[in-house]
Amino acid sequence: MSDSASTDATPTGGGAPAPSWSRTMSVSFRLNGKERAATVAPRVTLLDWLREEAGLTGIKKGCNEGACGTCTVLVDGKRMNGCLTLVVQCDGRDVTTVEGIAGEDGTLHPVQRAFIDHDAFQCGYCTPGQIVSAVACIAEGHATDEATVREWMSGNLCRCSCYPQITEAVLDAAARMGPHT
Amino acid sequence: MRDFSYARASDVHQAVSALSGSGAAIIAGGTELLNWMRLGIAAPDRVVDIGGLDGLDGIALDTGHLTIGALASLNTIGEDPRVVEHAGALAQACLLAASAQVRNRATIGGNVLQKTRCAYFRAEEPLPWACNKRAPGSGCAARDGINERHAIFGWTDACVAVQPSDPAVALACLDAEVDVAGPQGRRTIPMTSFHLTQEEAAAAGEDPARYETRLGPEEMILSYRIPVRPGRRSAYVKVRERASYEYALVSAAAGVELDEDTIVSARIALGAVAQRPWRLPGAEAELAGKTLSKDTLLAIVEAAMRDARPLAHNGYKVPMARNAAVRAVLLAGGRS
Repeated sequence: MSDSASTDATPTGGGAPAPSWSRTMSVSFRLNGKERAATVAPRVTLLDWLREEAGLTGIKKGCNEGACGTCTVLVDGKRMNGCLTLVVQCDGRDVTTVEGIAGEDGTLHPVQRAFIDHDAFQCGYCTPGQIVSAVACIAEGHATDEATVREWMSGNLCRCSCYPQITEAVLDAAARMGPHT
Repeated sequence: MRDFSYARASDVHQAVSALSGSGAAIIAGGTELLNWMRLGIAAPDRVVDIGGLDGLDGIALDTGHLTIGALASLNTIGEDPRVVEHAGALAQACLLAASAQVRNRATIGGNVLQKTRCAYFRAEEPLPWACNKRAPGSGCAARDGINERHAIFGWTDACVAVQPSDPAVALACLDAEVDVAGPQGRRTIPMTSFHLTQEEAAAAGEDPARYETRLGPEEMILSYRIPVRPGRRSAYVKVRERASYEYALVSAAAGVELDEDTIVSARIALGAVAQRPWRLPGAEAELAGKTLSKDTLLAIVEAAMRDARPLAHNGYKVPMARNAAVRAVLLAGGRS
C-alpha cells in the first residue's frame, strides 16, 4: 500500500516515530483470483466496496452490523463478515466472494450444486452468504453431522427458515467433496 | 459512520503513541469499533490499525503459563489443542461466542473491551431515551425500564448494564493476568479486577456509568497469561434464548482440582450478571475439602447468591446463575 492524498499531522508522545495518518488509502489485494487496486476512504467497508465499486452484488447488505451473515466472504480463506471488515484491512490479502466460487468455465461448485439439489432456499437473499459460509464450514472440517453444521452455520440467518434443507445441502456437498484433510 | 484518518502501526510503541491526545481509537478485528462508529457510540478522528503487528497473535505454552496474544482470533483460541487442554473454559467460551464469521475477525484483545448489549445503550443517534453511558447525566432508562438482561450485582441507579464478553468470564475464572502497554511502559492487571462494577467505579470516585475498565485511555492489551495447573480442569456453561449465536442470559465458568471425589480447589465466575465477571470467592473457599456433589454445590452456591440485587425483570437470573455455576463445576469435574 502507499499513502496518498491528504495527510494529517498529529502529535505523538515519547520518541516513537509518528504513524502516517491518511484520509485516503491505496490498497491492493486479490479479488476472486485477480489482482485489484483500490483507492478508498478508510471508513469504506469491504461490503460497500464490493457492491458499489466492484459491481459484485452477490454479497448482500442485510443488517450491516454482523448479525445476519448475508455479507459473508472469504479473506485468506477464512469466512468473515464484509460489513465488519474495512477495505484497508484487506491490503495484500486474498478475497473471495460468491462470484469466485464456481469454476472458471461456469461449472458450479459442489456446494452450489447441493443447494439446488436440496432446494435450500426460497427467496434467495441469504443464499450467497450461506454458500460462501458453507464452503468455509466444509473446509474447516465442521461439516460432520447435523448438529455440528447447525452450530457452525449459525452465523447465516435464513428468514425463510430453510435450515433443514441448508443443513442437508452442506452435509451432502461435504460428502461429495470427499474427506477433508 | 464519520470519516477518520487511518494509520497502520509498525510496532507497539507506535500504536501506543498514536493514542496520545483524544479522539484516537485502535482497530484490530473491528467487530465492535465499526458498530460503535455506526451508532455514534464512538466517533474517533484517528484510527490506528494494529492488525499487522508481528508477534501479537500467538499462543504459547511454557512452564506454568499459557500465553495468548491480543490479536489471536476467538476461533483460533477455541480450537487450539493447548487451550482446550489447559484452559478448557476459555476454549469453550470462545467457541460459544458470536458466529463462525465474527470469531474469525474478533480478537481476544478487543473482546474483553466490548460494551454492554443494553438496548438503550445500543441505539442510533440521536438517542431517544436516557443513557448515562451515552449522555452523562441523562439518567438510566433501563433502571426502571426493560431490564430483564441487566445486572443483579454491583449496579447503581446510574447504570445497570452488564459486560457481555464470554471469554472474559473464563479468563477471570482461570486467574488470568492481562499484560498491557502504555506511555509509561508495560504493566499487568489481574483479569478479576480488569473490569469494574458501577459500584466499584463510584467508590473509586469515577463516573459509575462510564468507567468500565482499568485500562487507561492510552493503553493497549498485549496478551493474557493464564496459570497452568496440571490437575485443574475447567468448563464454561452459557445459557441463552436460542441454541447458538446469542449473548448469554447468564453464564458460568468453573475450574476444579479434585482428589478422587474431594474438591481440592474450586474457582467460579459468573457472566452477564454484573459489569464484570463475578467471582464467588466465598463459595470457592467453602467448596475446598467438600465432596463433589450436586446437592453440596447447590447449597453453597445458593448461599453465595444471597447478595444478589435483582431488578424488576431479572429475578430469574438468580436461580439461573446458581444452576449454571453448579453445572459448570460438575462439568469441570468430569460429571454431567
